[in-house]
Amino acid sequence: MPDLVLKGKAIKLGDNISTDDIIPGRFAHLRSNLPELAKHVMEDAVPGFASKVKSGDFLVAGKNFGLGSSREHAPVVIKMSGVGAILAKSAARIFFRNAINQGLPVLLCDTDKIGDGDELEINLTGGTIANLTSGISLSCSKMPPIMSAILKEGGLIPYIQKHRDFKL
Amino acid sequence: MGKTLAEKILSLKSHGEAKAGDVVIADVDLAFVQDTTGPLTIRQFKESGFKVLAKSQQTVIFLDHAAPSPARQLSNDHILLRLFAEKTGCRIYDVGEGICHQLVAEQFANPGDVIIGSDSHTVTAGALGAFATGMGSSDVAVALALGKTWFRVPESFLIELNGVFPRGVYAKDLILYLIGQIGADGANYKALEFGGEALARVTMSQRLTIANMAVEAGAKVGLFPSDKITRDFLIAYGRGGNYKPLYPDAEANYERVIAVNLDQLEPMLSLPHAVDNVRPVTQVKGVKIQQAFIGTCTNGRLEDLAVAAEILKGKKRHPGTRLLIAPASRQVLIRAIEKGYIQNLLEAGATMLPPGCTACLGLHQGVLGDGEVCVSTANRNFKGRMGNPEAMIYLASPATTAASAIRGEITDPREFM
Repeated sequence: MPDLVLKGKAIKLGDNISTDDIIPGRFAHLRSNLPELAKHVMEDAVPGFASKVKSGDFLVAGKNFGLGSSREHAPVVIKMSGVGAILAKSAARIFFRNAINQGLPVLLCDTDKIGDGDELEINLTGGTIANLTSGISLSCSKMPPIMSAILKEGGLIPYIQKHRDFKL
Repeated sequence: MGKTLAEKILSLKSHGEAKAGDVVIADVDLAFVQDTTGPLTIRQFKESGFKVLAKSQQTVIFLDHAAPSPARQLSNDHILLRLFAEKTGCRIYDVGEGICHQLVAEQFANPGDVIIGSDSHTVTAGALGAFATGMGSSDVAVALALGKTWFRVPESFLIELNGVFPRGVYAKDLILYLIGQIGADGANYKALEFGGEALARVTMSQRLTIANMAVEAGAKVGLFPSDKITRDFLIAYGRGGNYKPLYPDAEANYERVIAVNLDQLEPMLSLPHAVDNVRPVTQVKGVKIQQAFIGTCTNGRLEDLAVAAEILKGKKRHPGTRLLIAPASRQVLIRAIEKGYIQNLLEAGATMLPPGCTACLGLHQGVLGDGEVCVSTANRNFKGRMGNPEAMIYLASPATTAASAIRGEITDPREFM
């Protein structure tokens, strides 16, 4: 099977992007209408984000991305915006698991080596990132095999539809 | 090798030997959702092709976040949740019963349980010695059907508590201090385990406040041993039979040990817009506030209302400061009425909100205006948290919040003691 490779442009963000930055609690009335909810993605943190982001872009953040709430709507709306993967120095525990469960890759690496607008090529199979703009390559920390398996199926629900149980 | 509390519980529930770093599949004793994460959970449950709950009496829906509902969409979400409960036979606590974490503590959590909820503050039940953690809708949906989930067994930090809380200093000040020390991601993926000689004097109400905010340091759980205080609490809530002692082994392995001498603590605050942006109240006092909010799963219990009522009794809130009070549960409200606390608070100019999450998450019942400042007993002060990214939230104890309501500015509660 060929390696799974994603290519896109970096959108740089800072440290501690919270789930309230990603999708504020005040839009909870839109959570059963995901297309409407998704229009507000990152609206407080990056004004105009929803209209700026292009399909295949990568969010490249500092430490503790996604801290806060367990709302899975956070990775859902990021994925709906077209973002192909999230790169961060670290990601908050619940968000990390939620993103993988939504089939949205989260790669932990030294994001100081990536600038805003850099062209990146991510090899999901090998866990490596090539910064095509700077020529630097980065490696990502490995996730537990069960998470890789869930991500490979496109998320937890497709994984469970296929396996009907957890396979360690 | 000895085991930490986290390793002990996950060994028991995975029917094997669970060591930090292992990935295990563990039985889930209680799984719950609330009204802003429940609808997605239910849709995913159905999408997965599931129809039947693994444990219907250990599956609970709480309508607490938008309660009563401020919008038709949320009212329709409530209908969806009620129909699901009717169809599957799971338990449901409707509008006005209280906050999920308080009700889990009052009615469900037992030492050694594994509890998951689609709410990050599920960690609260760690106060009772339960391995309780927040998860997203997909994970909870699958656990509802399978009665189990997978965990990476966390490494543990031992938080060793010694001494006695000084006058005007409470559990909230301790946990804010700790989060300031550890940082908002300092315990990411880890378990915080509390120990030390002071535990014998740390009440269940205080333990719930402390465990509740473990997640604000990134932790997966905030675990207390199960001891006499746990037993007395369970007896008081009619499930003394579920008590079992639970302690870490003496030779357990901790990634980090943090000792805190309670005698040295002072009233603390988290400043906007990060929970780990912690300072002593003495460095912040004088900041003008337009709203003071006492309640939430962190500090909406009877002991918290008692402290606030004691400070506000016979006094008035500052005319430029709204004072909002939200008891954590119906039972807390009833007891607070019996004790006269609610009368004290109302006479001081408080506005009573119904038992539930209310103003905490920015949906309703106390949304802040542009440029407004709120002192809150809640657990989060992220930008936008209380419904307005142009507002500022300071987190504090009920005592500091009550004292600040009187002066209309951030105030050291010791000035009223």
